[in-house]
Amino acid sequence: MENLIALLVAAPLLGAAVLLCGGRALDRAGHWLGTLLAAASFVVAVVLFADMLGKGAEERTLSQHLFSWLPVEGFQADVAFQLDQLSMTFVLLISGVGTLIHVYSIGYMEHDERRRRFFGYLNLFLAAMLLLVLADNYLLLYVGWEGVGLASYLLIGFWQHKPSAATAAKKAFLVNRVGDMGLSIAIMLMFTTFGTFAFGPVLEATGETSEGKLTAIGLMLLLAACGKSAQVPLQSWLGDAMEGPTPVSALIHAATMVTAGVYLIVRSGAIFNGAPEAQLVVTIVGAVTLLFGAIVGCAKDDIKKALAGSTMSQIGYMILAAGLGPIGYVFAIMHLVTHGFFKAGLFLGAGSVMHGMNDEVDMRKYGGLRKYMPVTFVTFGLGYLAIIGFPGLSGFFSKDKIIEAAFAKGGTEGWILGSVALLGAAITAYYMTRVMLLTFFGEKRWQPDAEGHAPHPHESPKTMTIPMIVLAFGSVFAGGFFGIGDRFLHWLEPVTGHKHGHSPLSAATVTGATVGVLLIGVALAYLQYGRGPVPVTAPRGSLLTRAARRDLLQDDFNHVVLVRGGEHLTRSLVYVDHTLVDGVVNGTAATMGGLSGRLRKLQNGYARSYAVSMFGGAAVLIAATLLMRAV
Amino acid sequence: MSASAVHSLWTTAADPIDKIGAPKIEYGQLSPTLIVIGAAVVGVLVEAFVPRKFRYYVQLFLSVVALAAAFAAVVGLAARGFGTTKAQIAAMGAIAVDGPALFLQGTILLAGLVAIFTFAERRLDPLAHGNRVDSFVAQAGAVPGSEGEQAATKAGFTTTEVFPLALFAIGGMLVFPAANDLLTLFIALEVFSLPLYLLCALARRKRLMSQEAAVKYFLLGAFASAFTLFGIALLYGYAGSVSYATIADVVEGNVSTVDPALAETMGNDALLLIGVAMVVMGLLFKVGAVPFHMWTPDVYQGAPTPVTGFMAAATKVAAFGALLRLLYVVLPGLRWDWRPVMWGIAIITMLGGAIVAITQTDIKRLLAYSSIAHAGFILAGVIATTPDGVSSVLFYLAAYSFVTIGAFAVVTLVRDAGGEATHLSKWAGLGRRSPLVAAVFAVFLLAFAGIPLTSGFTGKFAVFKAAAEGGAGALVVVGVLSSAIAAFFYIRVIVLMFFSEPKADGPTVAVPSPLTMTAIGVGVAVTLVLGVAPQYFLDLAGQAGVFVR
Repeated sequence: MENLIALLVAAPLLGAAVLLCGGRALDRAGHWLGTLLAAASFVVAVVLFADMLGKGAEERTLSQHLFSWLPVEGFQADVAFQLDQLSMTFVLLISGVGTLIHVYSIGYMEHDERRRRFFGYLNLFLAAMLLLVLADNYLLLYVGWEGVGLASYLLIGFWQHKPSAATAAKKAFLVNRVGDMGLSIAIMLMFTTFGTFAFGPVLEATGETSEGKLTAIGLMLLLAACGKSAQVPLQSWLGDAMEGPTPVSALIHAATMVTAGVYLIVRSGAIFNGAPEAQLVVTIVGAVTLLFGAIVGCAKDDIKKALAGSTMSQIGYMILAAGLGPIGYVFAIMHLVTHGFFKAGLFLGAGSVMHGMNDEVDMRKYGGLRKYMPVTFVTFGLGYLAIIGFPGLSGFFSKDKIIEAAFAKGGTEGWILGSVALLGAAITAYYMTRVMLLTFFGEKRWQPDAEGHAPHPHESPKTMTIPMIVLAFGSVFAGGFFGIGDRFLHWLEPVTGHKHGHSPLSAATVTGATVGVLLIGVALAYLQYGRGPVPVTAPRGSLLTRAARRDLLQDDFNHVVLVRGGEHLTRSLVYVDHTLVDGVVNGTAATMGGLSGRLRKLQNGYARSYAVSMFGGAAVLIAATLLMRAV
Repeated sequence: MSASAVHSLWTTAADPIDKIGAPKIEYGQLSPTLIVIGAAVVGVLVEAFVPRKFRYYVQLFLSVVALAAAFAAVVGLAARGFGTTKAQIAAMGAIAVDGPALFLQGTILLAGLVAIFTFAERRLDPLAHGNRVDSFVAQAGAVPGSEGEQAATKAGFTTTEVFPLALFAIGGMLVFPAANDLLTLFIALEVFSLPLYLLCALARRKRLMSQEAAVKYFLLGAFASAFTLFGIALLYGYAGSVSYATIADVVEGNVSTVDPALAETMGNDALLLIGVAMVVMGLLFKVGAVPFHMWTPDVYQGAPTPVTGFMAAATKVAAFGALLRLLYVVLPGLRWDWRPVMWGIAIITMLGGAIVAITQTDIKRLLAYSSIAHAGFILAGVIATTPDGVSSVLFYLAAYSFVTIGAFAVVTLVRDAGGEATHLSKWAGLGRRSPLVAAVFAVFLLAFAGIPLTSGFTGKFAVFKAAAEGGAGALVVVGVLSSAIAAFFYIRVIVLMFFSEPKADGPTVAVPSPLTMTAIGVGVAVTLVLGVAPQYFLDLAGQAGVFVR
């Protein structure tokens, strides 16, 4: 059975190779091939999953050793896979949602002449992401990590003819490099500390390692997670990444790749368990980001950017949970999976709306679409209810658990984290209700596009609606399926470990509070956007609103601190190079030249001078020899 | 010193002798030298008895055969183990037959053979009155520009004496690194120096410059020889012997009996130290170390270019061989005295050669200063005082000599109406006009600069490594810095050749006969082989690194 693992990665990899290397001959059928191979990967995942369910909890981990990658003495890097419950969860999510999004893209990208290449990139992404979660060592994980970074870059900039897309791709790539540095440094630290990168030995050895080293590794891993998962302070790329085609936003920048950071932290749980300081930083990053993303989400009029803010915020929840340690790991992953369903569904819904509205993204120019796009409305609505945590839907179960665990952290920290999580839930309810109301309710505020075509909203083709429907099912039922009877907990516990937290508040109180803040958020949004007409151009807004529209000044901050600072640094270095370094070099050359010119005058052509020189030399030689003895 | 005085020194050096028996001479072990000297003597007879028009061919044939045979003899001796297990002292203690001696003799013979090819080149100069001529003057005795000279040229005379002269010089060079007592050393020095003085004076073009070079070389050489000889006398006074082994024993304090005739001087360290300094000075003069280098640029520039190449290569090999033997066999017990002094000499030689070369405008003078800098690099290996130091120096000498002969052979090809165009400005744009010749010269320059994949790099690396391991780290730093300075002027010539516009009245590149082509080809081949796959030769030099005592 373990021999099937490689197929998971190989199928989409083959697709990528064929689609990207094959010529135009594949243009007509390429998208079907890509979808088929993604589906094949999903089928293999299901087979492996069924096999895994048939075994006892202790025997579920499979491993497959393909070959020795770098068989160097003292530096063993293998290409080997490890499939346990954690990996399995990701594999199912990635290949499942991935396949749906492949199907969706068939319709969405129908009129794009580079559709074959698009599917090649999607397959490449799937292969890299699966490699990331299947690797049995950090070095191979790093390969997958960089692979998804590459795929993300290619897909954000897929419409490279738009300067904004090209810039966004570059920005995502550069910001991610900062995080990647963190991962590579973490791997180097691991190698010097443990002498290996394999998960098993590294995680087992954490018990005997000093807390300082674990903290250093943990913080570097967190830096990596911040880059890939768009957490503060490396969050700035995610909003711009929405320049990519919407299926990309749904698959990579909402459901799968951006959760790689959560996977990394949960996978490295043993390291963080031994480094409480690093854990605290993780929870702080998560808490800050969940508020940051939520606030940004409130102010955006671009539907995809509002959803991007929401993604950031929801991943903040996951990171927060992961930072809580064993009381939170399972819930982080559970929220990750449910979020994968509803956020992918929301993005696909947004794509469907854009599809019907001449690619308009400004929600202020939507309005009243529920009658024109009923399927989209219903599926998007279910995703909406799920994300705000409406009781009974997916988000309710997973988010509630995280809030509960945050309070259970204990002490002042627990209160602060719990309150932040609750506040976040309220804001989530507010901004998602705003999105919902602006898009599907109220009067029509449709505007003709740049070429003067008035929009004719219509329901999207079947290839697009069917994935939305499937994801909507997930949005509705996944949470309950996982949460009721702690099914997900029992599934994942053998890998991540679990500890029940002792919350100062009872579970019922937390649930009640969550539902309460949810209602407040919804009500506020209704009061603001549901009752009266919505202006087509955004009002100036308060200071906070304006800041939030500019992503809370993240780019301004980066520009002032990093870009200007960097420019000053490089300018000073160039100055030093020109004056000091070049000065020394040119000065040396000039000195040598001058010395040479002077010394050659000694060579005057007279044998008598030469003889004197020899005589003097001999005298010095003799004197020096005698002197050496005297000394 | 008169012959009888030398004789008395010689005899008193040995044990008291009742009757003079016939000396025991190991002809087989001395055969390389004997073959070359014998051929030289035959060459003199050829000059006397063979008709003029056949002499060139007979001499060339004789020289090539003699050198090849001598080289075969060296190889035979080495194969029979005389370089390693059977190393011994031959000829009544006068000549050592050991690894370094055989290695250096082999190098000198091969370098000499290649040099003879460039001596014999007769296609570069335009025909003189319908006769093919080489680089040498028609008649050495004729006054430059005189009617006699014109008549000799018209008659088609050539100085075929250069072949026996070169053979005599090579014979002396073969003995020089093998000499195992101070008198043999001195005689070998004179035997190879005197023919070189003559050869320097024999340029066909720029005769006055050539004669000036010869006179300077002779005067300064004689001056240096006087120092050497006086140093030998002092050492004899110190040790009561001229034999290397005996002197070494006295230095190390292993001799208890004192010759009553020398009771007042023996064991006097002042004599030892002054004597050593003077003998070493004579050898440093030959290798061209600063401050005894001043003859080098003038002589290299004035001498006929084939002779310059021969001198620069073979003399250096022989002189460094002698220096190594003196320092490693005679003076190991004294190394704490001579090492600091040699440090100083090596440093100023490396830096001086490299710095002054920067502003040179004549290619031959440039190469002369380059050879001075290289002498400094080799000295760094000499100072290592380890077996690795010896073998690195042996390797460096072998690598360097072929590059040098090849480079000077290329210089003979670049000509204008006045003969060789040695001014650097005339080399501008040579790479556009004659890409092959410029490329070959660039290879030699890169080897001089010590760029990897050339023999220069391997040699320099070996020498510096030995020096560093021998505790001369600071010397290596200076060496690397000097290499950087030196790289400047080597690369400058390459830039000049390939990246400058050719001048309208620029020189032409003559097409040589296969003789010069062979010389250049061997130079390039050795440069690349020793650069790319040096291991066999490093091993060879490594095995040859032990002196017999």
